[in-house]
Amino acid sequence: MSKLEAKIPEGPLADKWTLHKNHMKLVAPNNRPKIDVIVVGTGLAGASAAASLGEMGYNVKAFCFQDSPRRAHSIAAQGGINAAKNYQNDGDSIYRLFYDTIKGGDYRAREANVYRLAEVSGNIIDQCVAQGVPFAREYGGLLDNRSFGGTQVQRTFYAAGQTGQQLLLGAYSALSRQIGLGRVAMYHRHEMMDLVLIDGKARGIIARNLVTGELERHSAHAVVIASGGYGNVYFLSTNAMGSNVSAAWKIHKRGAYFANPCFVQIHPTCIPVHGVNQSKLTLMSESLRNSGRIWVPAKKEDAEAIREGRLKPTQIAEEDRDYFLERRYPAFGNLVPRDVASRAAKERCDAGFGIEANDTNEGVYLDFSSEIRNKGKQAAYASGDHNPSEETIIALGKKWIEEKYGNLFQMYQKITDENPYETPMKIYPAVHYTMGGVWVDYNLQSTIPGCFVTGEANFSDHGANRLGASALMQGLADGYFVLPYTLSNYLADDIRTGKISTDAPEFEAAERETRDKIEFFMAKEGTRSVDYFHKKLGLIMWNKVGMGRNESGLREAIQEIAALREEFYHDVRVPGEANELNPELEKALRVADFLELGQLMAVDALNRKESCGGHFREEYQDSEGETLRDDERFKMVAAWEYTGADSSKAILHEEKLDYEFIKIAARNYK
Amino acid sequence: MATKFINITLKIWRQKNKESKGALETYPLNNVSTDSSFLEMLDQLNEQLIQEQKAPVAFDHDCREGICGMCSLYINGRAHGPDTGTTTCQLHMRKFNDGETIYVEPWRSKAFPIVKDLVVDRSAFDRIQQAGGFVSINTSGKTMDANAIPIPKEKADSAFEAAACIGCGACVAACKNSSAMLFVGAKVSQYALLPQGRVEAKERVLNMVRQMDEEGFGNCTNTGACEVECPKGISIENIARMNREFLFAAAKSEK
Repeated sequence: MSKLEAKIPEGPLADKWTLHKNHMKLVAPNNRPKIDVIVVGTGLAGASAAASLGEMGYNVKAFCFQDSPRRAHSIAAQGGINAAKNYQNDGDSIYRLFYDTIKGGDYRAREANVYRLAEVSGNIIDQCVAQGVPFAREYGGLLDNRSFGGTQVQRTFYAAGQTGQQLLLGAYSALSRQIGLGRVAMYHRHEMMDLVLIDGKARGIIARNLVTGELERHSAHAVVIASGGYGNVYFLSTNAMGSNVSAAWKIHKRGAYFANPCFVQIHPTCIPVHGVNQSKLTLMSESLRNSGRIWVPAKKEDAEAIREGRLKPTQIAEEDRDYFLERRYPAFGNLVPRDVASRAAKERCDAGFGIEANDTNEGVYLDFSSEIRNKGKQAAYASGDHNPSEETIIALGKKWIEEKYGNLFQMYQKITDENPYETPMKIYPAVHYTMGGVWVDYNLQSTIPGCFVTGEANFSDHGANRLGASALMQGLADGYFVLPYTLSNYLADDIRTGKISTDAPEFEAAERETRDKIEFFMAKEGTRSVDYFHKKLGLIMWNKVGMGRNESGLREAIQEIAALREEFYHDVRVPGEANELNPELEKALRVADFLELGQLMAVDALNRKESCGGHFREEYQDSEGETLRDDERFKMVAAWEYTGADSSKAILHEEKLDYEFIKIAARNYK
Repeated sequence: MATKFINITLKIWRQKNKESKGALETYPLNNVSTDSSFLEMLDQLNEQLIQEQKAPVAFDHDCREGICGMCSLYINGRAHGPDTGTTTCQLHMRKFNDGETIYVEPWRSKAFPIVKDLVVDRSAFDRIQQAGGFVSINTSGKTMDANAIPIPKEKADSAFEAAACIGCGACVAACKNSSAMLFVGAKVSQYALLPQGRVEAKERVLNMVRQMDEEGFGNCTNTGACEVECPKGISIENIARMNREFLFAAAKSEK
């Protein structure tokens, strides 16, 4: 009954992808214009796929809900993109990037997928530079690198704190070129409402024109979902306001399995929550941990004095500070992986050492004063001043920091009204990325034939925890270098199919279902706004399916979400009309899906009776508070089959993970 | 940084759609936290409007961290409001006073027609980009090694500064001529400064400028308002560079 065939090619690890490419079917150039492909989402994974497929000669239709494809949330990625170029000659290799990624994911990702990712990583950098992406460079004119968490080499390429922006604008330029050439038709301010299946194959979508409210039918021979992650199920996250799970959830409802939904990345360095009207959380790039040291006061009374405003962090003497990451993980220090850093911060705050003066006291310091001093001294020496004054050192050090992280420091100051050059940043973990997603095989195809899923929307490469600077790598690898091959292999059987008619009864039925749902919301005379329900859902998720999870909390969450869902359908109020730009209606349709997904996340977390990566079950930890995996039972992917809105009835399918090439071990960053 | 709560009066442009006539409507709003962002304040207003069974205000926004370029409000007569170097989503209510009246309007430009309320259509920018804002290479990844051509750091940094444009359209909104030359100049400059972009620099500038003119944007008269209001601090030197590139390309193509 299980359809979970990972389809991992035979052969030695390093040759799998090459051998597979050599044997896949092709579609000849003269046949490609007869084939239509739909791409939903225009972030790194979607824009790169649409551009590549258009360039090959397929008829591509691309969809995004924003007013321009350039605004997809990949744009907000800050720190960088990994690639095994070994330009720094510090021992990097494809194998090492592969190994770090598998280990970073706490041994819950597929070896073959991750190896392929590492293998094509170098091409991404070559491609982007050729496209005119202005990466940071050294004075010699060559590309600069920095370090990210969970690695001991410098393999991260970057463009100040705006790497995602520059990479996305690169992919957007390639996409724009295809749009200009007429090979890609762009549908902006359009949202996918449903997937249409004919004879069991993905053959099109129902889309809503967000300006006119019109429902449109679009047919294709294959559909690519590149719609990003589902972090907004928590309401407060670092995701954009519009980021949502709906495209992925709609295909899940049509038969695609959803894998490892409980694997969520809580990023350690975000600006703490400030108030009830807060709409989102802002990330401070992991790259800052290259230069910043994380600490809380070593004495509880100092932490209390800081919270009450009686003491300033700069007044705490060096010996009274607890650099807890350096203390607990000397080998990696401040650059431990994100899940480890987040839990360590939570542990200190739960123990009463938090420094933020909000309801929960949740906050720790990220301090740049040591780095300012070090870099200032170096800069003074480099300029020939071997006896620099204190002021010179500090001034030069701040200048160095500004060049590396200027936009992040400015962003921090705008939001908090505090100057991070003078006083340490206050940070706390926040929901950032979702490793879970639609289950796909090695070819990135879901359990629905013809429906492919790329980038953050799929589950495939990051296991239970994603390493920093790897999301950008995956998005572009999938879109530029994987999908063009695997999708062609699938489409090769469709060269005689001809155009798919949108008059088919399946289109008719899917459109009617969507219309009924919209009419339901418009007719509902409830009393509460959509946000009211979304915020309530977010709180349940954060408190019970967040950084620490336990059996009773998860059971409560499953019940509470079911009750909230009922209340939502009973009491929601959507103002305005269906046939106009109506942001409240858009939100209602998305929150309806979050209310099903959230429950499935709790179900998945309850099922996985172990701790691994970002999934921390309080019952399963060692004496030092580190995660305790159960490889015997849970070295597997949990893929859920949809059976109805009540996700507690979803059916579990398991894909066993085999580690042929890596010796599986307890993760150790000490 | 003590949090305060202020009461304000909002005068907001309401317009049902592209065809209908719009007008400023008045909305009092109380208990606004000074820690809220401007858009969080609008969320609060919309929540209040929904409770009062009135139509909420439509406005564009997405990332809320100053990088997607989707937010686009004209606040008290300035693009993205009274603060400099910031987008509307990163403008905070601590910049306003208790009892203040705040005017909120959409971008105003013929090339940016109003969709609804504060939402405008900026697809003209996309069409300019489609006319030439790219390097014409395929995406095979089989290009030369990324380090094959060294690029002086200074040039790479200038290209990056130009490429930092978020395409929000504040430059157009702030300009009395509704000129898009800062936007186009930044894109032309990014590629003109890099060896990878030089190859087709001539065609690029001609095509992008042609499209810019077709979209109905005005000319540049060197007022410099765009540079002042640009949330990313894009310099008008980029306009000068585009003009040089354009003149050079136009003269060459006439031969």
